[in-house]
Amino acid sequence: MKARVLIHPKEGILDPQGQAVERALPALGFEGVREVRVGRLIELEVDDPARVPEMCERLLANPLIEDYEVISDVGHPAPPSVADAGHAAGEP
Amino acid sequence: MLPASHDLAARPKQIKETGPTAWWAKPRADDARLRRFAASEMRFGVVRFPGSCDEVDALLACRRFGDAELLWHGDADLRGVDAVVIPGGFSYGDYLRVGAIARFSPVMGAIGDFARSGGHVLGICNGFQVLCEAGLLPGALLPNTGLRFLCRQVEVEVVEAGTPFTNACAAGDRLSIPVKHTTGRYYAPTQVLQGLEAHARIILRYAPGANPNGSVADIAAVSNGGGNVMGLMPHPEHAVDPICGSTDGGRLFESLARHVAERVAA
Repeated sequence: MKARVLIHPKEGILDPQGQAVERALPALGFEGVREVRVGRLIELEVDDPARVPEMCERLLANPLIEDYEVISDVGHPAPPSVADAGHAAGEP
Repeated sequence: MLPASHDLAARPKQIKETGPTAWWAKPRADDARLRRFAASEMRFGVVRFPGSCDEVDALLACRRFGDAELLWHGDADLRGVDAVVIPGGFSYGDYLRVGAIARFSPVMGAIGDFARSGGHVLGICNGFQVLCEAGLLPGALLPNTGLRFLCRQVEVEVVEAGTPFTNACAAGDRLSIPVKHTTGRYYAPTQVLQGLEAHARIILRYAPGANPNGSVADIAAVSNGGGNVMGLMPHPEHAVDPICGSTDGGRLFESLARHVAERVAA
C-alpha cells in the first residue's frame, strides 16, 4: 500500500527556509502570503501501514524538531466525482 | 535489497590504510616523540563513515597527544580504544537529516554501549549531529539561520573548565577555532536547556556577538548527563598546528588525553 508522510518543522521552531520563500513571493507579485513553512514529503510502498508512525518516530522524522502526518492509502481510487464522470463520457 | 554501497556491514574492496598514499595511516617514528601520552597510556579511535571528511585531521590531532587509529563504521568493534572521536563530514551523504542514517551503523551501536559504560566520546560537527540523533546528547542541529554554509574562524568561550574535554583550559578562556557547516544551529526545548544550565552541561559558548549560526543561548558544545560525551560544532582538529593560525583546538584533545590517561592508569 502506498503511504505518504508529510514532515514539517515543529511550531515555534524558526524555519529560515520558509522565511526566504515568504520574502521571495511578494517579489513576484504574490502579496498576502504569511507563515510559510517548508517541510518534506516521503512516499513509501508499505505492506503494513500501521507501522508507518513508528518509522516516523525512529527514522523519518526527528520528533524533537519535526511534526509528521501520515496519509495512508494514497493509491486507493476515490469515488468518481461529477467532473470525472464527464471525462469518462469523452468530454474535454 | 540494498546496493552494495549502502550495505552497512560491507567493507570496501580495499581500505586505504596502507600503501604510499596513506602516509597518515600508520604512526610515524617522530609521532611518538611529539606525543604527550605514550601508546600504552591512552589510545583514541576515530570513526570513518562513508562521507566523513575530517577523520584524517582528527586522527593527526589525536596523535599529538596519544596513540590513535581509525575505526570502520561497519565494524561493531572499538578495538579496545580508550576514547572515541566522531569526526566531521557528511556521513551517509547526510541523507534524510544530518546524522540520521549514521546513527544506525554498527559502530554506533558499539559507541552507544561504550558511552553508557562511561567511555569518553567526542563528536565534532557531523559527529555532534550523529550523537544528537543517536540520543547520546540532548537537542538537535538545525540549518543555520542565515541558510549559508559558513567557513570561518570563531571565538568560543570555555564555560565549564573542569570537564574531561576542557581540563587544560580555565573558565572564561577564549579559544579560536574554525567552524564550517550549514546545519549548526543548536536547538533544545526550553525545559532541556534549563536542565543543561542547571547541571553545568553547556561546555562551550560562542563569544558574545560571535554566534555564527543562531544556536540557542550561544551554545557551541554540550555534554551528556555523565559528562563523558561531548559534542561541538567548531572543529578543534583544524586548530592544532601553528601553520593554521591557532593551536587552541589542541587543548581539547590534550584535556581528553590527559583525563583518559589518568583513568587508564588508575
